[in-house]
Amino acid sequence: MEIAVLLKQVPATESLIEIADGGTTIKTDGINWVMNPYDELAVEEALQIRAADGGTVTVFSLGPEKAVEALRTALAMGADTAVRIDPQGKPMDGLSTAKVLAGELKKGAFDLIIAGHRAVDDDNFQVGPAVAELMGIPHISMVIRQEVTDGRIRCTRTIDGGTLVLETALPALITTQRGLNEPRYASLPGIMKAKKKPIDTRALSETGTDPGEPMVRTIAMRLPPQRKGGRIIEGDSATAKAEALVKALREEAKVI
Amino acid sequence: MVRKSRLRCCGKEVVVDFDLTREQEMIRKEVRKFAQSEIAPVALELDEAEEFSSDLTRKMGEIGLFGMFVAETYEGQAMDYISYIIAVEEIARVDGSQAATIAAGNSLGIGPLYYFGSEEQKQKYLPTLCNGQALWGFGLTEPTAGSDAGGSKTTAVRDGNEWVINGSKIFITNAASDMTLGVTVQAITGTRSNGKPEYTCFIVESGTRGFKAVPMKKKMMWRSSNTAELYFDDVRVPAANILGQQGDGFHQMLKTLDGGRLSIAAMGLGGAQGAYDAALKYAQKREQFGQPISKFQAVAFKLADSAMEIECGRNLLYKACWLRDHKRPFEKEAAMAKLYCSELMGRVANHAVQIHGGYGLMKEYDVERFYRDQKLLDIGEGTSEVQRIVISRYIGC
Repeated sequence: MEIAVLLKQVPATESLIEIADGGTTIKTDGINWVMNPYDELAVEEALQIRAADGGTVTVFSLGPEKAVEALRTALAMGADTAVRIDPQGKPMDGLSTAKVLAGELKKGAFDLIIAGHRAVDDDNFQVGPAVAELMGIPHISMVIRQEVTDGRIRCTRTIDGGTLVLETALPALITTQRGLNEPRYASLPGIMKAKKKPIDTRALSETGTDPGEPMVRTIAMRLPPQRKGGRIIEGDSATAKAEALVKALREEAKVI
Repeated sequence: MVRKSRLRCCGKEVVVDFDLTREQEMIRKEVRKFAQSEIAPVALELDEAEEFSSDLTRKMGEIGLFGMFVAETYEGQAMDYISYIIAVEEIARVDGSQAATIAAGNSLGIGPLYYFGSEEQKQKYLPTLCNGQALWGFGLTEPTAGSDAGGSKTTAVRDGNEWVINGSKIFITNAASDMTLGVTVQAITGTRSNGKPEYTCFIVESGTRGFKAVPMKKKMMWRSSNTAELYFDDVRVPAANILGQQGDGFHQMLKTLDGGRLSIAAMGLGGAQGAYDAALKYAQKREQFGQPISKFQAVAFKLADSAMEIECGRNLLYKACWLRDHKRPFEKEAAMAKLYCSELMGRVANHAVQIHGGYGLMKEYDVERFYRDQKLLDIGEGTSEVQRIVISRYIGC
């Protein structure tokens, strides 16, 4: 199995996010960057498939020089090779990112492409499915379990309130959902071995893909409203407290 | 952090480079992630129960925290000393007990076997120890021999092709766990020409007849690390179990403790960082008199001092490791780093508890544990007083 994993470097979820001057980007100074958590699931799943069926795992990222860290982490976890496409400062949206990645993926012969179902920074949900569409291959999203047999992949995906079992022929693209696996840590020997693994860097201008102008433009960025303090329900007994809570939920919050 | 290439300034090469390598940065990141997700959730519980966890120790082994400076031939991770120290620091940032298991496992358990063992001994023990599947103790301190190694009473007497060991050891880390494979024990094997005792180190495997390792309980600190008393009652080992040569024991001990000091320093630095992080976070949230207490200079200055001293400690410790990695003398700097970082954690943990007020006295808050765990650092692997003697001798007093 030749497996490709698409990954993105994102600010760590515990980072304190501040909006930069101009109001359309975030301040990147002092932010701790990590591999998108859904992409970690993708790397882990690829490594597990490789362990069972053999083959190679190649990780792809379209991102600036700094994105090398996320690729190195994937290599340290056990991926074989990495490709970084440098956007050379060109602004990209979900579709243009997908165009570039699809262009590079077509140059290989991958049986399976795995991506996170979304990146936790912009929550776009688009790149995985768009890549599959542009490559003309099937895709199954939000996968929590998969099984590859005889050139086909059978996946369990989450839907509202339940699961769905889907099957398609390979090559295909799947996107990951929490619950698929428990990503391994990059072990210390893994980090040392990753040192010797190559990262193939390709400039956007050399890829032969024209991503076009972004069709989506960020107009404004706002922080979520400050969370209001909680409220402690008073009462003399558990019953009284429960009654007060039900009353508040029904009449004030109007949720039941 | 991307490593910068060496800069040139005024036509001269700038040789001072404070950047860590990409691998060192990654090690910090991964070990921190591991410590936060695997150790932090159980640290309080293990401390309360005074329980050593072999499960957790094996997990630490799986990510490569044992045998960090050992060559790949013996299934070590073949890293530099700074990488090892960063790993200990990051574990200590979350829990002193687990950091103790790692620091003692590497510096005292694996270290002497790796540096002084015969090829056969290395082949036999190191792979299992480096994989974190087993632990090894280093028996040096005795009930009557703490700072004064001259008070040692454990002896080994040759009998044909065997040695017979008698005596006892105390406060030996990792030596009585359910995954302890054996210990290195220092014993008196004769008298040197200058009239002083001759020391030799022996390998004694767990289960050897007459050898008993008993876990020590009711500790104030490092409660989930394994500490043992060792008893040797006519323990017979083959002559091949000598570590290095007969009479090498004293020199081996000094070398081992020099390296060990760096790992104790890392525990002080990491513990200080952990206590400081907790105190800063608490001070920014806790409100009194209508504002976060971090806005009061009485609190802010404690945090500022802590931040500054942590920075000093880190620079001193990393420099000592850098000297060691470059095969330069590092003994004086190792003693300085051990002393400074141990006492540094004492000051920072003290501030951290003070900033937490009444809550800082409760086990629910990590700083309570940090405050207790720190005290060992002033005492273990050479007391602060002994470090001052070591330093004063180096500077010509």
